[in-house]
Amino acid sequence: MNSPLLRAIGLEKRFGALVAASAITIDVRPGERVSLIGSNGAGKTTFVNMITGYLKPDAGRIELGGRDITPLSPRAITRLGVARSFQIPQLYPALTVLDNMLVATACQENRLSFWQTARRPDAVARADALLERFQLNEHRERLVAELPGGVRKLLDIAMALTGEPQLLLLDEPTSGVSAEEKFPMMEIVMTAVGAQPLTVLFVEHDMDIVERHADRVIAFYSGRIIADDTPQAALATDDVRRYVTGTLEAAAC
Amino acid sequence: MNLAATILIDGLTYASWLFIVALGLTLVFGVLKILNIAHGSFYALGAYAAASFVGWFATLKFAPGWSIVALLLAAVAVAALVAPLTERGLLRFFYGRDEVLLVLVTYALFLILEDVTKLIWGANPYYVSAPYSLFGNVEIGPQVYVGYDFLLVGLALVVGIAVWWGLNRTRQGKIVLAVIHSAEIASSMGINVSRVYMLAFSIGIFLAAIGGAFTAPMISVQPGVSVGVIIVSFAVVIIGGLGSIEGAAVGALIVGLARSLAVHLAPVAELFSIYIVMAAVLMVRPEGLFQQTQARKI
Amino acid sequence: MSASVSTPAPALPLRPARRAPRRLVLGGIALTAALLVAGAYMPKWLTFLITMAASHGLVSLGIVLMMRGGVVSFGQGLVFALGAYAAALAYTRLGITDALGLALLGGAVATLGVAPFAPLLSRYRGIFFAMLTLALSMVVFGVLTKTEALGGSDGFNMGRVTVFGQKLADGHVGYVLYSVTVVVAAVLALLARVYFDSTRGLLTLAVRENELRVEYLGGSVRRAMAINFVLAAFAGGTGGALVVMSLGHIDPNFSYWTTSGEFVFVAILAGWQSVLAVFIASTVLEVVRSFSSLYFPNTWQLSLGLFLLFVIRFLPRGIGSLWIGRTGSARSAEKPR
Repeated sequence: MNSPLLRAIGLEKRFGALVAASAITIDVRPGERVSLIGSNGAGKTTFVNMITGYLKPDAGRIELGGRDITPLSPRAITRLGVARSFQIPQLYPALTVLDNMLVATACQENRLSFWQTARRPDAVARADALLERFQLNEHRERLVAELPGGVRKLLDIAMALTGEPQLLLLDEPTSGVSAEEKFPMMEIVMTAVGAQPLTVLFVEHDMDIVERHADRVIAFYSGRIIADDTPQAALATDDVRRYVTGTLEAAAC
Repeated sequence: MNLAATILIDGLTYASWLFIVALGLTLVFGVLKILNIAHGSFYALGAYAAASFVGWFATLKFAPGWSIVALLLAAVAVAALVAPLTERGLLRFFYGRDEVLLVLVTYALFLILEDVTKLIWGANPYYVSAPYSLFGNVEIGPQVYVGYDFLLVGLALVVGIAVWWGLNRTRQGKIVLAVIHSAEIASSMGINVSRVYMLAFSIGIFLAAIGGAFTAPMISVQPGVSVGVIIVSFAVVIIGGLGSIEGAAVGALIVGLARSLAVHLAPVAELFSIYIVMAAVLMVRPEGLFQQTQARKI
Repeated sequence: MSASVSTPAPALPLRPARRAPRRLVLGGIALTAALLVAGAYMPKWLTFLITMAASHGLVSLGIVLMMRGGVVSFGQGLVFALGAYAAALAYTRLGITDALGLALLGGAVATLGVAPFAPLLSRYRGIFFAMLTLALSMVVFGVLTKTEALGGSDGFNMGRVTVFGQKLADGHVGYVLYSVTVVVAAVLALLARVYFDSTRGLLTLAVRENELRVEYLGGSVRRAMAINFVLAAFAGGTGGALVVMSLGHIDPNFSYWTTSGEFVFVAILAGWQSVLAVFIASTVLEVVRSFSSLYFPNTWQLSLGLFLLFVIRFLPRGIGSLWIGRTGSARSAEKPR
């Protein structure tokens, strides 16, 4: 089964004079682990925002499993199986970790109960199972407001997985996490993610993590794609070295 | 023709009154981001102070013409005494907090001031008659109007122009505009935001008090005066757009005219005509007529 | 973050989640029974006070329902008035005299009256939500005041209700109305508590905390808000009906903004976590109101104002936060390890 899960076709997006996306065309096949790289402002997050429905492209089309999702709202797109995590974790600070997960499960359901307790056994069991995959059980009853940054990021991602999405977008999953925690954290994430059939796109700045976890790299610069290849190949191209990793001097404009 | 003229004149005089009262409210919101429920209480304080000052002037045997000065002094006194107390003593502890929370704080202030006024002036009504007959009567067509009513129109114009000029043509005004735009940026540019807040709040209270003082001769000043004023000024300010001075003027005209139309053509609608317009504006264009803030989510 | 092999957390006893509702129901029944028994021995002024506290409490409960979603309504007087007028009119024009029937009718009419506005209102937040609800309640106030058929600004009176077909004897009216009110309030309070603890209840809290994430998880924020709005209307309308039955009189002031303000006061005092706190706060207001008008007529609003400031400053989650756990329900039984 090799038809693309996600197709972005000719996406264009400008903010005034700023070109955030230009001729972005990407096919993502099911099961791929794709890393989106590029310096800040290159267009990675804009791309993610367009895929998830937060921004509407000025031109172009987005297809999920053959279906045009360009005009859909974030909510509708989520319900079609697209989940995302956020660079700054979007959580419910006054609720416990468990409750955060229960909300995530509840949001995916079609028929919510007016009377059944939110902590009903089957929902709690599912939440616990996911928390375990992310090694978050010990924080189960703690308020999110009291959690350290790394734990919050994991929770943010865990919540995205509750709906058993087919496509997961991770927006800088290791940003804001200390250097020695990055690798173990990404291991936890990718192992947890690997437990279900999933296509993953993740925005990342750390090239070691990219090389370790991605089987494909798409590099952005000034709203354009400057490389789309295996990590080794992409990271070796001049453009990527010049505009992303900084290992080649940028040409004087 | 006569009816149209009557409606227009009535609408205009009512709009003038509305504008003076609502201007202070919208200014305070624009600068401090506080929707002040107690605004009507300051209006009432102005009215009561006017009663006192006019009374004192009469006791001191000043000529009735001086009663206008008494009204002005009353407004100044209220602003000078109450503004610092309220701003420093209460509001500054809640700056930057949720807008609705601040509304609740001002609601508490309204409750407090209701009783403070009663404790100071008692529960009996005051009649401030001296200034009302100062301007004689004006005949327009078959209708006879009391000259004093048009004083309000004049006052509204003066106040409106003064505030507009103060904001747009003076250095201090430009600073206030900067704070309206963004207190954070203004502060990082070295502007003493605290002082601007104090200034804006004092002017806001002064405007409310002046509204109350100059209206005092037209009504019986008694407990509960603030209650009706608050709600009507909210309507004007919402219709015109929170924080907008032109909005306060246009909102006042719309509400004044709407009420005048209702009173003369459909008395049944008198009371709710104002709130229907307010609700309609909120439903169709919640930012009001002159605003850019986002009012609706999703 | 532990890098060690993760051991599964000890299986938490799942029974507390199931036991809680039963404990709640039993507790609620016990409290109601206690109130009913005590009521038989209370002086008339006290039963009347509690009747007012309970019925007004229902209206404030509606505000709390919406507060849990992050919005404060300044127009709850609208549903209060709708429910009260509906009950009073049903009594005087339709001859419906049963207390319970009128109470439910009040709730139903208020709900149906505002339901068409729910989708619209679900899109508003903050000051604009407050102002829109305020405006709508003032429109109704204006309409009621000018409708002579409904008594205009004077309103009209309502006679004595019946209960289960029985007419009420003079000496018993107070106690019977008290009992009906307490029971209806208790039932709705219990339903509210169950709703708070339910999945939808949790979703409401999530909306309050982070609307964006709710949408990104596939949940509908607008639907949650609209539902809360409608439920709040039912509570308010029922409260209104109960009040008018005990007062015997209705007038447009039920929809005036200062009336709405008092309900907001109670809601803020109570906080959004405990249903019981709402009724306690409502009782506090009634007590302050009654005693103040008797002894300190010029300072009761002053007291309320100071009280409100105190709560805003020092008890931002209301008095309910004093005994409810940090997250909105009594969770002490569920600490792991």
